[in-house]
Amino acid sequence: MAGISLRKLRKTFGTLTVVHDIDLEIADKEFIILVGPSGCGKSTTLRMIAGLEDISSGDLVIGDTIVNDVPPKNRDIAMVFQNYALYPHMTVYKNMAFGLELRHSPREIIDKKVNEAAEILDIAHLLNRRPKALSGGQRQRVALGRAMVRSPAVFLLDEPLSNLDAKLRTAMRAEITKLHRKLDATFIYVTHDQVEAMTMADRIVVMKDGHIHQVDTPQALYDRPVNMFVAGFIGAPQMNFFPVAVARGGTSVRFGDRELPLPARLSEALPPGSADRACMLGLRPEHFHERLPVDVDPAMTAEMDMEVELAEPMGAELHLNGVLGGETVIARVSPRCQARAGDRITLIADLSSAHLFDKKTEAAFGN
Amino acid sequence: MTETTTQPATAQPPTRVAVSRRWRKIGNLLTAYSFIAPNFIGFAVFTLGPIVFAFLLAFMHWDGNNPIEWAGLDNFFKLFRDRVFIASFWNTIIYTGATVPLTLVCALGLAILLNQQIFARNFFRTIAFFPYVASLIAVAVVWNMLFHPEFGPVNMVLYTLGVDPKDLPRWAAGKDWAMITVIMFSVWKNMGYFMVIYLAGLQGISAELYEAADIDGATAWQKFWRITLPQLGPTTFFVSVMLTITSFKVFDQVFMITQGGPGTSTMVLVYHIYNEAFVSWDLGYSSMVALVLFFLVLGITLIQFRLTRENEENLA
Repeated sequence: MAGISLRKLRKTFGTLTVVHDIDLEIADKEFIILVGPSGCGKSTTLRMIAGLEDISSGDLVIGDTIVNDVPPKNRDIAMVFQNYALYPHMTVYKNMAFGLELRHSPREIIDKKVNEAAEILDIAHLLNRRPKALSGGQRQRVALGRAMVRSPAVFLLDEPLSNLDAKLRTAMRAEITKLHRKLDATFIYVTHDQVEAMTMADRIVVMKDGHIHQVDTPQALYDRPVNMFVAGFIGAPQMNFFPVAVARGGTSVRFGDRELPLPARLSEALPPGSADRACMLGLRPEHFHERLPVDVDPAMTAEMDMEVELAEPMGAELHLNGVLGGETVIARVSPRCQARAGDRITLIADLSSAHLFDKKTEAAFGN
Repeated sequence: MTETTTQPATAQPPTRVAVSRRWRKIGNLLTAYSFIAPNFIGFAVFTLGPIVFAFLLAFMHWDGNNPIEWAGLDNFFKLFRDRVFIASFWNTIIYTGATVPLTLVCALGLAILLNQQIFARNFFRTIAFFPYVASLIAVAVVWNMLFHPEFGPVNMVLYTLGVDPKDLPRWAAGKDWAMITVIMFSVWKNMGYFMVIYLAGLQGISAELYEAADIDGATAWQKFWRITLPQLGPTTFFVSVMLTITSFKVFDQVFMITQGGPGTSTMVLVYHIYNEAFVSWDLGYSSMVALVLFFLVLGITLIQFRLTRENEENLA
């Protein structure tokens, strides 16, 4: 019903192209998150879907209709803005009722819908206040409420949590996820925070420089990134990369003067004639251990010495920042680990979980 | 509070430290007053003194030459017998009643127009602002030429458009048209200035509000009424107060275009004050008229404040 298709969607400002012919199919009732660094085109894409930016070329289809030239109000969408964009001169009630009033909805219906939304969002006691008398979290709820009362088929959310403090952000994350389930609508959500993307999305769209790099479920993105950008962007702390060269017909790689084994999944994926090919080996922080885990094949591990520069206790885990074979590395180890800044520690790298990328194209092998 | 920080409460003779602290305080005060003194002395001599003197003069007879005589309420009762005063009182009200809303609407209209992304926007902004900075005398002369009843291009255009020569407006020279001419001139002269203030107000409105309204489904007209106008509340208040005060004080436009005539059709309070003071040299009576003007402006400004305060409080 409210599936959305982006077909070769492009946005140019003068000679600058900020969104390059992107294709994306968003299913009805899906929670999809566009994520990427600043300037990657994610907000522009969302604004094109909203109708706040003209589409330079390509088609935007909502349901079965091409809506390129349909004004925002006729697209059956609602939007939550980064700075909330609440009308300062209206009460919370008026803010939420505004869209319905403009559509000449009957008084009783407006009243019912506003009160229902206020109840769900726990802002019923704030209805007579003005936005300036609300906290950031309350404003956020009002902005959500304003979108909800119209019962749109599609909700567009532009970095809605970026102005909240860390604790509130975590709480609102869960609330928005629940809201999505309750409202049974399509959610398109833009953020630069990969944690938000990982925790909330059905599928994540990773963007950079106006291109879509990968679209997949959060776990698939984490487990099988298609290139170094996605691998580095998804996951915190981010993946460690080591410059290596393919050796022994693809069964291992050379890292400095050492040889590290490659899992069959990767060696089989290497194209023929890959001897000495320059690659980047990717290892996530949790794939370094202080001692050999029981479920890991010892043949697929390597002992590596790390000079610890900084130890960050996170409570449930310890992040060791340091240098390993000349490369800056972050390892996630047990909080019981005694290593501190200045120490030299031997870690066991679990290469069965390693990723391998072509150094030149940055594309992943074996995914 | 711990024991070590608690001071004994018994009275003690001032110590050397306390004395020097008091002198330092006096020194600081003197320094502060010496900074505001030049301005304040100037204000007292050239503004405050004359204002107080004028208040007192309203109850005196004085021609500027002979000794001042106590007049009691003579000047006050004279107001009700003075037909020129009564005419100028109503003319001032009419002038203000027309100029304030007209200038406000024109300034806002211009500001909205010149806030759009239009071709040569800065050029048009300058054009709109120009009358305000141009010399009043120069533009009044040009205006009088343009609107000259016999030879002015405006009437020539009206004539070619088919207006009967007998029905052509006589503008500044016509009893019914003189006030309209002065009002038109004032609106044209001042709207550029208030346009700039409105432009600043418009640029202070977040673009996101309009985007939110687009998504809520507002038309351009609804956006103007429901967002732009309420958001410009404080600006409109400021503009209307400033306009009201300047309109009550109108003098130079009238002096340049009609000299209060024909008859008393454009006679306004300040022009009447000027005539009584420096033509008839009845300084006591002219001060009484000035007093009336003062309370008129004060009263209207207080009402505006009262009316707008609620609205002000509602805006972030």
